[in-house]
Amino acid sequence: MNDFRNGTIVKPHERLNQEQINRLHSTSMAILADPGIWCYNQRAADLFKQHGATVWQEETPASPCWRVQFPPELITDSLKKAPSRIILGARDPANRLEIDAEVPRVYFGSGSETNIWLETEMEEHISRSDDSVIRKLPVFTKKRGSAELLCRAAHLCEQLEHLDFFIRPVNIQDPDVNEANHDVNKFFASLNNITKHVQAGLTKLESLKDVIKMAEIIAGGPDRLRENPLISFIACVFKSPLQLVDDTADKVFDIVEKTGLPVVISSSPQGGSSAPIQETGMVAQINAEILTGITLTQLIRPGTPVLYGSVAVRARLDDLHDLYGCPEFNQYNNDCAQLARYYKLPCYSSSGVSNAQTPGMQATFEKLYTHLYMAMSGAQYIHYSFGLLDRTNTFCPVQAVLDNEHIGLIKHCLRSPVIDQETAGEAVAMIKKVMTTSHRLFTRHTRKPVRAGIVSQPYRFETKTMHDTVIEKGLEYMAELEARPVRHLDADTVNEIYNKIPGLLPRLKQSC
Amino acid sequence: METQELLDRIAINVVQGRVEAEDEGFDEGFENQPAVIELVEEALENGISPSDILIKGLTSSMTVVGEKFETGEYLIPDMLASAEAVGAGMDILTPHLLKAGIESKGKFVIATVSGDLHDIGKNIVAIMLKGAGYEVVDLGVDVPASRIIETVKKHNAPYLGLSALLTTTMRNMDEVIDGLKEAGLRNQTKVCIGGAPTSQDFADQIGADKHCNDAFAVLDWLKAAA
Repeated sequence: MNDFRNGTIVKPHERLNQEQINRLHSTSMAILADPGIWCYNQRAADLFKQHGATVWQEETPASPCWRVQFPPELITDSLKKAPSRIILGARDPANRLEIDAEVPRVYFGSGSETNIWLETEMEEHISRSDDSVIRKLPVFTKKRGSAELLCRAAHLCEQLEHLDFFIRPVNIQDPDVNEANHDVNKFFASLNNITKHVQAGLTKLESLKDVIKMAEIIAGGPDRLRENPLISFIACVFKSPLQLVDDTADKVFDIVEKTGLPVVISSSPQGGSSAPIQETGMVAQINAEILTGITLTQLIRPGTPVLYGSVAVRARLDDLHDLYGCPEFNQYNNDCAQLARYYKLPCYSSSGVSNAQTPGMQATFEKLYTHLYMAMSGAQYIHYSFGLLDRTNTFCPVQAVLDNEHIGLIKHCLRSPVIDQETAGEAVAMIKKVMTTSHRLFTRHTRKPVRAGIVSQPYRFETKTMHDTVIEKGLEYMAELEARPVRHLDADTVNEIYNKIPGLLPRLKQSC
Repeated sequence: METQELLDRIAINVVQGRVEAEDEGFDEGFENQPAVIELVEEALENGISPSDILIKGLTSSMTVVGEKFETGEYLIPDMLASAEAVGAGMDILTPHLLKAGIESKGKFVIATVSGDLHDIGKNIVAIMLKGAGYEVVDLGVDVPASRIIETVKKHNAPYLGLSALLTTTMRNMDEVIDGLKEAGLRNQTKVCIGGAPTSQDFADQIGADKHCNDAFAVLDWLKAAA
């Protein structure tokens, strides 16, 4: 299995110079040395202590809490044990991802567990001043996330050619889904409808063995799953600022000890509330949090495949909600991508979230602003990139279709230049030839590069009239994509999963 | 090569947009095979009549090209490549056609008016007209009104196309039309204009016959005027 999805190898935009990177690193180390972290998980505290951290139990908090202060060597030595190159598997091996910290190969994927699915339909509206003027306008309906909608999202994301991996964009909130069967149903609904890499957090620690069993059945056995890890996990192990969460730390222990599968150690502090809003403070803090989580994984089991998960956001100051599509978002997250590269760790990053509640001009601006900039950062694994609106509260499928088009053009834009002796020779020959013609037009010479995909296509949803029809065209294209056959698991595999894994919803089986 | 095979190959190469052997086609696998120039010459050497080469080889295949463009399979560069191939064939055939008493569809004088150096649109129109069987007299860019009028008179041209891209130079079209009137040529020469700042309103204002948005509009206009 040597095939992977074609990521886009970019020349990273380096916002920070080496001195600034060193400064941020040493600031993170200073934070971890004093004040250190507030660790709510005893096993983690013990493990840190066993490896040289200064640990003591706090007297005051209601929940047991250990203060942990780290010598820098404990962190830096642990980081060296984490692999730089990770393979993320997929049901279809051609959809596997090669993530290498030393290669700025960019992949884009979805995310992340919204509660609202925003359906879009076009409706005709008649002008009050001139009833001969009829316009089709989008009308939006909010739906509560469900297992059925998750299946639909996975199928749509399978069809989006520029979506490289799948993190479920909508939560399942069906009445018959509870904490005990949430994980198996969300993984099954995803894996049964998409052949790309599937990644998710774990709702309930006790579900881990069933989720792994399901993945092993699909992969063809335990060994095959480790060769082709078609699922991986996200663990947001820190509650910012600097508090290591008990429940998530337990999940990290189990994922690392029992599965050997890749895991994202993510942190998402909010500049202005749970972290400083200033760049130095925000980036140094999130870096300290992520490095501590990665250290934990490497102390549990050296060599654990892990991604440096940076989701640095800032607060808007009128209501303290997250503010996306703003300069600070790009600055924080570009810095993190540079730090991950400095540590030779693959970077899980974010782009494409909009504050807008519906698709439109604001959403397009905010999304493109971060899609392009974060792709230029060279972060290898960029999530949140498809369909997210209203911060991260809403998934809108037609927006995902529009984002797919943006991301395709961005990938094209950031392709490496091909300027060499061969192309130079071709250029001179072409110019000489065209200058011998009466018309002096190069159109004939565009034909081959257009057909080879070297020349980009115009915006798929462009409007050629005075009335904006982008969303209408996006919906038409989405209908085409959704009408394509679903790439389900085969019936034997589904039967085996249903026989061996408890808690799966019967209707998910019937729909395959 | 048999007559029919030769004509078919000319037609295929027009569809492929290949002028000469070194040209690529739309499809793979044509490189270094004889193209329109080589095949038309071979056809003449084989004694095939110029009118057969024209009708069965060159122009009929442009219908196929037009259909491919309509369905979106072909883009403008493909269409132009085919028109250019027909034009190259016409250059070889024209003296033979004249000898045989076969006229072109008509002479079409085309120019970018005085003060304006833009010619992409004008050149595209010229290629398409030539590909459609018109004899094109292309005067180039920044052409004074007097020279345009002299050329129309010299060739007794039934058609004139004027191009301008600037709001400052489009006014010079007016001078050309006035000059045609003064020279007594206006009634025998139909005039179309084009270029980004121009419009049908402007055409009406200066007394041109037609404003055309693109090369296809010019061909439609000529078809209607014929």
